[in-house]
Amino acid sequence: MESQSDSIWIDPTLAVGMELALTRPSNVSPAAFDEMRAPDGSIRPAYSALAGWLTATDQDVLEYRRREAEFIFRRIGITFAVYGEAEAQERLIPFDIIPRILTAVEWVKLSRGLEQRVKAINAYIRDIYSKREILRAGLLPEDLVYQNEAFRPEMNGQQVPHDIYVMIAGIDVVRTSPEEFFVLEDNTRVPSGVSYMLENREIMLRLFPELFAEHMVAPVENYIDDLLATLISVAPATAPREPTVALLTPGIYNSAYYEHSFLADKLGVELVEGRDLFVKGSVVYMRTTEGPKRVDVIYRRVDDDFLDPLVFRPDSVLGIPGLMSAYQAGNVTLANAVGTGVADDKAIYSYMPEIVKFYLGEEPLLNNVPTWRCREPEHLSYVLERLPELVVKEVHGSGGYGMLIGPTSDRKTIESFRAKLKHNPANFIAQPTLALSTCPTLVEKGVAPRHVDLRPFVLTGQDRVRIVPGGLTRVALKEGSLVVNSSQGGGIKDTWVVDL
Amino acid sequence: MLARTADNLYWLARYMERADALACILDAAQRLVAMPQATGATTNEWESAVATAGCVPGFRAKYDKADARTVVEFLAFAPENPASIRNCLDIGRQNARAVRTALTGEMWDAINGAWLELHNFKPGKTHGEELSRFISFIKETSLRFDGSAFRTMLRNDAYLFSRLGILIERADATARILDVKYHVLLPEPARVGGPLDYFQWVSILRSVSARTSYHWVYRDSVKPWLVADLLILNRQMPRSLASCYENLSRYLDDLAQFYGRQGNSQRLARGMLTTLSNAKMEDIFQSGLHEFIGKFLVENNRLGNAITEQYLA
Repeated sequence: MESQSDSIWIDPTLAVGMELALTRPSNVSPAAFDEMRAPDGSIRPAYSALAGWLTATDQDVLEYRRREAEFIFRRIGITFAVYGEAEAQERLIPFDIIPRILTAVEWVKLSRGLEQRVKAINAYIRDIYSKREILRAGLLPEDLVYQNEAFRPEMNGQQVPHDIYVMIAGIDVVRTSPEEFFVLEDNTRVPSGVSYMLENREIMLRLFPELFAEHMVAPVENYIDDLLATLISVAPATAPREPTVALLTPGIYNSAYYEHSFLADKLGVELVEGRDLFVKGSVVYMRTTEGPKRVDVIYRRVDDDFLDPLVFRPDSVLGIPGLMSAYQAGNVTLANAVGTGVADDKAIYSYMPEIVKFYLGEEPLLNNVPTWRCREPEHLSYVLERLPELVVKEVHGSGGYGMLIGPTSDRKTIESFRAKLKHNPANFIAQPTLALSTCPTLVEKGVAPRHVDLRPFVLTGQDRVRIVPGGLTRVALKEGSLVVNSSQGGGIKDTWVVDL
Repeated sequence: MLARTADNLYWLARYMERADALACILDAAQRLVAMPQATGATTNEWESAVATAGCVPGFRAKYDKADARTVVEFLAFAPENPASIRNCLDIGRQNARAVRTALTGEMWDAINGAWLELHNFKPGKTHGEELSRFISFIKETSLRFDGSAFRTMLRNDAYLFSRLGILIERADATARILDVKYHVLLPEPARVGGPLDYFQWVSILRSVSARTSYHWVYRDSVKPWLVADLLILNRQMPRSLASCYENLSRYLDDLAQFYGRQGNSQRLARGMLTTLSNAKMEDIFQSGLHEFIGKFLVENNRLGNAITEQYLA
């Protein structure tokens, strides 16, 4: 076991050798990869037309278009709720009108890596809930699985259609050089953001038709058809030939409610809340104006904990009593399956290269960020020594909360975080600060490089894996900032995959 | 469709219609108090506006006196008045968000745009010219919402539920105006002809936006019994009780056909339509206008409950 973890122990000097340069505090690191401009100042081929357009277009015009885009967003009601902010219950995510561009060649490479990763994740979850060969092989510490809050013993031995657990995955990747993409995080529970990917494109098509005339941009609108095909393909064997699909939302107060209603509308399926469904004789029905109607596939955007008060949290009012009994009887498919969180916490993340090799017998195509698990004493002492250089995250954290970014934090913050870390080391992992790539972004003073990441969406159905070219690019609007989360002042961009 | 979706559509339509009715009530009251004759009158127009809106207890709990400031504040903005115009738009938009997928983009635009604009009107500052602007804004909002529903919705059950909501609410609003003002419509010789009453009749017409329609229908000066006829029995008048029930009955029959099943609500609507079709104004005055209206309000409410029970629960 120790030797296993040693294999992904990365010496910091080696990390620098891998071009995982540490960012310097409070500014864009000179080491950060600029996706538009090469170090010598020349424009990379993918951006040549866009750069010309940016130079030719007046700053006022850009600002005017930006406001126009914001107006459209507000008008159609794309807002998100920020928990704990009573006065700003509905906020807009700042939309940057300058697209982020990837070449088709880069995309092919990236999408192969994504497909490989999600295949491995599905095989891993299946294994965890059946034979547990990976544990028997000693590749993963057992307690990481069994003590994991996201592990659902109810799923042991449970059959799911076509052995697919994660039908919809959002894999966060960052770029550090022309050739290198790193996976930052796998989101295998209820990933969100795809509505922004689709709406960003709609708005760009409306505002800048002239730019599309100059670029061969791969379309993304087929995501909806792909999603529907994926959901239908995993219907239970007992379902009729045209299965009934519904999208389950926690309701209008959920931060992603807009996305839920947007997707249900485009998919042409009912947007249901827990109270619209009931279970009778291990079959799920929805209440309609014409009486009960059977539901075969539920694209659920409700967390495991709240799905069924009889099995999980008894205080949940969002769920459906008896849903798990219908699920276990094989009369309804949940997408994603229950218990998929066992694949996406940050401690499991560090084992992902082993997981890919173990199940697929292939070398991982995408890089993993070197990760120190603070649960292991020698990792912990290494991390404690180098806190100012590292990013430390909670194992189950999300949304950019509860993390320390060493290089941009003051001494006081670091010291108080140190106490938290020592108090419960198993709750944290640490990573070197990656020099996220930058893209040209419209800011107050004009167009300037800002750090970005990318969340492509990977759909896995019975027949095949589908990935629309692109994804959601998130951008840290504050100069030098690496935090792209919308709840922390991040913005979004349209992402173009272009044929050169 | 989901019962909850149908329920939301039905109530969304009711709230939009209610906002419009309240705007008309405020409009009529504002015009009437501007009349010099009204200054010496015994009845307080602002008080009857509160009565027409059906929220006297809530108002009394908050204010001692009904005047332009307190009534506009309460009917238009007060958060503690569940049926204030602001609350109608707030709840309406909340319902709209919950059934976003059942609305057309145009309908969502109408309600979301209005909800955003509503915040430009401040409770303490909305009087005089600003109040007039506010009233037109609300009327335009309901026109836009209703118009976009009419022009863009598929003619399916969703459309029918939103129509039913509008009509039940509209019948209720018209009946309430009559309930509060019935005394000025009674054809007692002693009451006819006073200048104050004349303006009261005109005001009633204004509160259902029928100032002009009246003359097109009757080609006569404003007579109280004709005002009553217009609001109760005249099917040409879209806000009359008879017109509301003609349409309620039709849309409920459409719904029964759509689902292939009839129920209590179809029977109740048809029953009321028959009553209204056979009624004559003389008979209604004879047996008591106030009693007639009181009974209508109860029956209309019963139909609302029957629709809920049959389709929305």
